[in-house]
Amino acid sequence: MAISAPQKKTAGRRGRSAPGLIFGDLWQYDPAPETADPKLKPRYDLFIDGEFVAPRGGKYFDTINPANEQKLAKIALAGAADVDAAYRAAHRAYEKVWSRTSGRERAKYLFRIARLLQDRAREFAVAETMDGGKPIKESRDFDVPMCAAHFFYHAGWADKLEYVAAGRRVAPLGVVGQVIPWNFPLLMLAWKIAPALAMGNCVVLKPAETTSITALKFAEILQDAGLPPGVVNFVTGAGATGAAVMAHPLAAKVAFTGSTEVGKIIMRSLAGSGKKMTMELGGKAANIVFDDAPLDQAVEGIVNGIFFNQGHVCCAGSRLLVHEPVADAVLAKLKNRIKVLRVGDPLDKNTDLGAINSKDQLEKIRELVDSGVKEGAELYQPPCRLPEKGFYFRPTLFSDVTMSHRIAREEIFGPVLSILTFRTVDEAVEKANNTAFGLSAGVWTDKGSRILKMSTELKAGVIWANTFNKFDPASPFGGYKESGFGREGGRQGLLDYAKLT
Amino acid sequence: MVCDLMNAGQSASFRKLFDEIGPVDSVGVEERVAKYTTRSIKKAAKLWGLKMAISMVDLTTLEGKDTPGKVASLCRKALRPHEDPGVPPVAAVCVYPSMVRHAKKHVGGTSVKVASVATAFPSGQAPLKTRLGEVRAAVADGADEIDMVINRGAFLEGEFAEVQDEISAVVEACGAATLKVILEVSELETYDNIRAASFLAMEVIREGDFIKTSTGKTSLNATLGNNQVMIEAIRDFYLDTGTAIAMKPAGGIRTAKQALTFLIAVKETLGDAWLNKSRYRFGASSVLNDLVRQIEKEKTGAYQAPYYFSEAAESY
Amino acid sequence: MTRLPITKTPKVYVGGAFIRSESARVFPLQDAAGNFFGNIPQCTRKDLRNAVEAAAKAGPGWAKRTAYNRGQILYRLAEMLEARRAELIGSLTMFGAVQADAARGVDAAVDRLIYYAGWADKYEQVLGSVNPVAAPYFNFTVTEPMGVIGVIAPDVPPLLGLISLVAPAIVSGNTVVALVSEKFPYPSILLGEMLATSDLPGGVVNLLTGFRKELVPTFATHTHLRAIVGAVGAADRKALELGAADSVKRTHFVDPDATDWLADTAQGLEAIRDTLEFKTTWHPVGA
Repeated sequence: MAISAPQKKTAGRRGRSAPGLIFGDLWQYDPAPETADPKLKPRYDLFIDGEFVAPRGGKYFDTINPANEQKLAKIALAGAADVDAAYRAAHRAYEKVWSRTSGRERAKYLFRIARLLQDRAREFAVAETMDGGKPIKESRDFDVPMCAAHFFYHAGWADKLEYVAAGRRVAPLGVVGQVIPWNFPLLMLAWKIAPALAMGNCVVLKPAETTSITALKFAEILQDAGLPPGVVNFVTGAGATGAAVMAHPLAAKVAFTGSTEVGKIIMRSLAGSGKKMTMELGGKAANIVFDDAPLDQAVEGIVNGIFFNQGHVCCAGSRLLVHEPVADAVLAKLKNRIKVLRVGDPLDKNTDLGAINSKDQLEKIRELVDSGVKEGAELYQPPCRLPEKGFYFRPTLFSDVTMSHRIAREEIFGPVLSILTFRTVDEAVEKANNTAFGLSAGVWTDKGSRILKMSTELKAGVIWANTFNKFDPASPFGGYKESGFGREGGRQGLLDYAKLT
Repeated sequence: MVCDLMNAGQSASFRKLFDEIGPVDSVGVEERVAKYTTRSIKKAAKLWGLKMAISMVDLTTLEGKDTPGKVASLCRKALRPHEDPGVPPVAAVCVYPSMVRHAKKHVGGTSVKVASVATAFPSGQAPLKTRLGEVRAAVADGADEIDMVINRGAFLEGEFAEVQDEISAVVEACGAATLKVILEVSELETYDNIRAASFLAMEVIREGDFIKTSTGKTSLNATLGNNQVMIEAIRDFYLDTGTAIAMKPAGGIRTAKQALTFLIAVKETLGDAWLNKSRYRFGASSVLNDLVRQIEKEKTGAYQAPYYFSEAAESY
Repeated sequence: MTRLPITKTPKVYVGGAFIRSESARVFPLQDAAGNFFGNIPQCTRKDLRNAVEAAAKAGPGWAKRTAYNRGQILYRLAEMLEARRAELIGSLTMFGAVQADAARGVDAAVDRLIYYAGWADKYEQVLGSVNPVAAPYFNFTVTEPMGVIGVIAPDVPPLLGLISLVAPAIVSGNTVVALVSEKFPYPSILLGEMLATSDLPGGVVNLLTGFRKELVPTFATHTHLRAIVGAVGAADRKALELGAADSVKRTHFVDPDATDWLADTAQGLEAIRDTLEFKTTWHPVGA
């Protein structure tokens, strides 16, 4: 019996032109814009001690919609004095209120926050998409619900802290300073704030410069929830504000999510300070596909791994390692798959890839893609139309990549996949681990024992086996090596906000 | 030892087949198809999709109580699903073999085909000779298309040659009639089996013949998941051999929204060449009214009561 | 006629071998009475580099041992110490420790090894987890050793302090390069001999003698060291943390002046956790 073997034979023989699929315009989807009102204000002030206050320096900066480069609002620029005020408010709240609030009561605040966010989910999703450029489908179905889920999860811990560390008592650290990135503004805020509050800490948080709006909208929810003033404070601004948040003497701990480069700067600046740290830094994850893998699901995982959120994901599966026997088949399937990815208006419900978060980021992606071409890798981009205004980049595949190429070593943080091949399990492991990063890795195979071996050998904090880019509040997330230290999520993440006594 | 393995029958043949076509991860399939359900189809795209879906319907009645009169009314509905002339006729009417000649009287000479389930539908549990005789009789009565069921027992036993030989015999009995091979996915249980059975069938049918999910007579019918596994098999087979096989999900598709979601899966997996009634069909009946109803809603802007539409099962 | 005793040439234990510094430098050590005791290797940054390589080479094999086996080996090490208890006490009193204190210190060191030996096949059950994610996935978190760990031992107590820092690092499969007490190196030289006879594979524990001010900068910046644990003062701490930033190294320090090494609070699961990574694996549950 001769069953055809699509992944082993090559298509198109005996003089016929190779069969191909037509992904044309026979059935074009009409625009399907999400129309919910994001309820934006023209100006956002700092959120300190439970109130919105103007920055002492009186300065504001514009935040734009990267999808069309239009100004959305102006955002307060916090200076050192504002950061200090935020810390003092947090410290006061910690000493006078929050450290005396029982776990049971803290839990109720967190549950309430989660519920209030769910009430306003669509509004927040639209705001998140407008400010950051991510597809509404993702902000609606992932960022906002996952943000609420984190508050729900950690709420339940607040009155059960005696179970967090076996044999030890846990206590809050005090005030924690947190700086978060622009790729998942609300979700990163939840990852930071929810465990901190559950453990009994107070917070000073700085959102990313390009994506401050949802944090300040979130402050409205904190007010509605009746959270005591000063327990959570938001200071907005750029690098200098962030540095002030990290360096403040009242910070018992700092938590940072961002690039490895900035993470190292923060570590240096805090050397000898005695502050606890959690660092969630960059990645260059290997996504490893063996010849016995479920290929269509692997392709879906590869696409999800690198094109989710335009590839602005620290754990993105940006290095595809394919087993040689299926390398051609996987590449062919990938090309067909990305032909139907829809790039464009992030507010369109059918958009799969939205806007690149900023012009700077777009330029960085372009520069690295140019280097890939110059270094001899083979580029493929599907022929899709991009909007004229705004920052967009086509989903991009690079084949014939070697480990020495910049696109195989540097974090691109964009929708760019570098494809390498391997022949043996050991070679796959060696290539996967041959990086200073160690945040995540993927492995695709039908063989159970191989999954467990790979999961053991790969030096990364999260291993996705036969899946990719999955997140959950109960699942600890964080890196090995230069991808940072500490965990976020789960019991393990919670412990990073505690001191043991 | 090697010989022992080769002769191990069932397990060896499964292993060999799965090695060749590759495995399917069920959770991954579910996640893929969940993305289709988030597509938002509006306005012109929606109208186009609804009409396309209507043109793909195999309007079906497969009941013991079917009568020539019921079939006649079904045929009228097939030719003209709605008074609106912009609504196209369906692809075919699908009936039991005894009803073929009645249906032919009404739709013969039109674009609407007569399809007949045969081969001891739905179980297939009759001697091959009987099943082939049924096919020949239906074709002789004027059936343009034959919907057969595969031998699930033989498949699950790993007797793949038997499965394929039977399909081949039906192909021969069909003559010029188009064949639709029902895998009866609910009885195959796993996506791996569905993919395997798809390949077994595609190997022995002709360009333009169909593989089809279900009889509609078991607990689970067409789902986005098994539709996806089958259209991916069709895609792989086409890219490998150049032979384009058609697809028919059947049973369980009741709403226009569901039908559009299935079409989105087709558009994004197989591409434009499968967005027509010779490459894709819906085995269904009640979905037709909802499709028509949604077209009227798009045109008038007003939501429509079901009893405006003839033979609406959910009229009350 | 009195017999002239054979004095032992102090050597450090690196990569399973007893070596002198590659630089051939030594520094003289006097006993408490001020008599010349011996020449101690003055290890250099190159010795540190070599020790890290030995540790890295030993790492995968050590980490792959079963937890049960690692526990047994730590227990065996305790047996070696217990058997040479008198000699270890002597190595402390010779340099000024009071007999009773020295005995308590050695006993505590042996007990600490037993404590961590027992953790070998248990810490994973306490620290790891199965996580109930809201999707059809089996999700579990396990721990893994970080790799090569730099240990900066306190000056006092020279033996107990060193063992308190080394044992929790190696019990999980890490390997260690330790800078031992600068003032009282001799107990560590003896410890090396016990390590060599304890079934602990060569390279798992590497002990360097020498000067902090020379070696701390290299500990700080060597990027292959994945973590530094130590009992150090503020200046060393800052230097080590500054260097650690270059390769995002994990650091865990205790204040040597504020630590009661004899107390049970100087041991615990947290010390093991400090040199572990958490790894979370997802897998679909399907058919």
